[in-house]
Amino acid sequence: MLQATDLACVRGERCLFQGLALALEAGQCLHVAGANGAGKTSLLRILAGLLPPTEGSVQWNGASIATAREEYAADLAFVGHLNGIKDDLSVLENVRFEASVRGSGDAGAAARAALAALELQDYEAVVVRHLSQGQRRRVALARLCVPAPARLWILDEPFNALDVHAVGLLQQRIDAHLRGGGMVVLTAHQAIELPAAARRLELDLHADAGP
Amino acid sequence: MTGALLAVVRRDLLLAVRQRGDVLNVLLFFFVVATMLPLGVGPELKILRAIGAGWVWVAALLASIVSLSRLFAQDHADGSLEQMLLSGQPAAVIVIGKILAHWLVTGVPITVAAVPIAIMFDIGFEPACTLVAALALGTPALSLVGAVGAALTLGVRGGGILVTLLVLPLTVPVLIFGALAVDATSGGLSARPHLLLLGGLSLGSAALAPWAIALALRISLE
Repeated sequence: MLQATDLACVRGERCLFQGLALALEAGQCLHVAGANGAGKTSLLRILAGLLPPTEGSVQWNGASIATAREEYAADLAFVGHLNGIKDDLSVLENVRFEASVRGSGDAGAAARAALAALELQDYEAVVVRHLSQGQRRRVALARLCVPAPARLWILDEPFNALDVHAVGLLQQRIDAHLRGGGMVVLTAHQAIELPAAARRLELDLHADAGP
Repeated sequence: MTGALLAVVRRDLLLAVRQRGDVLNVLLFFFVVATMLPLGVGPELKILRAIGAGWVWVAALLASIVSLSRLFAQDHADGSLEQMLLSGQPAAVIVIGKILAHWLVTGVPITVAAVPIAIMFDIGFEPACTLVAALALGTPALSLVGAVGAALTLGVRGGGILVTLLVLPLTVPVLIFGALAVDATSGGLSARPHLLLLGGLSLGSAALAPWAIALALRISLE
């Protein structure tokens, strides 16, 4: 269970949000909405443990993520604005690396399964440099589909650059993940149909003037 | 954990093969700097013999600093650094893997390339052997200390010159003992104490640097 209490984030001179609390249980999806600059990405990076909050704390299963860093990261899959894949490696090499660092037994098979889930199996040997933006996004999203998947997904604009078909594929994966007891935190600008079955928390973040 | 370490080494070696131009440039830089010496002090063999080994160390130091920009900057820019830090493995393991790969593609080639340079300066067979041994023992320390500087200057404007200013003073002990080892052999003394100290410096930095680097990388992502 993911829990955040009394979160505040100050970037530069601006206070993006303060006194923010949220809780997410198995099977729930949190859609973080708000205008540009409202602090959606900052909130997601705080929840992922990449950015320490100015105030407050984030707990995973009751333990603070600042202390139980590795245990939390093992349960987490994060797709940020940056895809985090190497241009000079092939699609398979990229995903296989992620699978083996995360400790999948047979990283090659795990990577192939993940690529098949996002219908990238025909691009396995292609160097990422030669892919389109949408295809790169799919390669980044393949890390969600590596077997023995993460329980919590934090997705920052995951639908960016994806075509209609790929959006559908990702929605199916998110649905399946939630049905399997997973948790998802995401932002999306497009009018995407989010899973109705899962309890949906809507967060509206407004930029406060001054800290 | 070992699996993750090997995966990182494998990935970075594969990337080095794909971007072999960058790796070759570092080696070429080492050669060019090393061959500047006779142009600067004249081709007198007696002088070259006396200061050649020290100059090889200076060239190795500069080449290893030039290569530091490769270490974390690309991973930082394309987001793979944050992914690695979120992989559930201790950050120090990832860091050790990256530095090991970096040493394999810079420290090792520089050590090998020192052989033709030593012949060029005519520093003699035994001093040349000591030079190679000293480089093999000392270049890991250069990579490790340099990586601390590279991690601290990630995302900083003008990081290239800053990293040089940060790292050069810290590598002075390696330079001193590396050059002394060769001097000792040339003077008919044992190079053993100097080589042991070089090995000690490398082991010491291997024990301390990864933790500092891991912390610096986390800060750079904020």
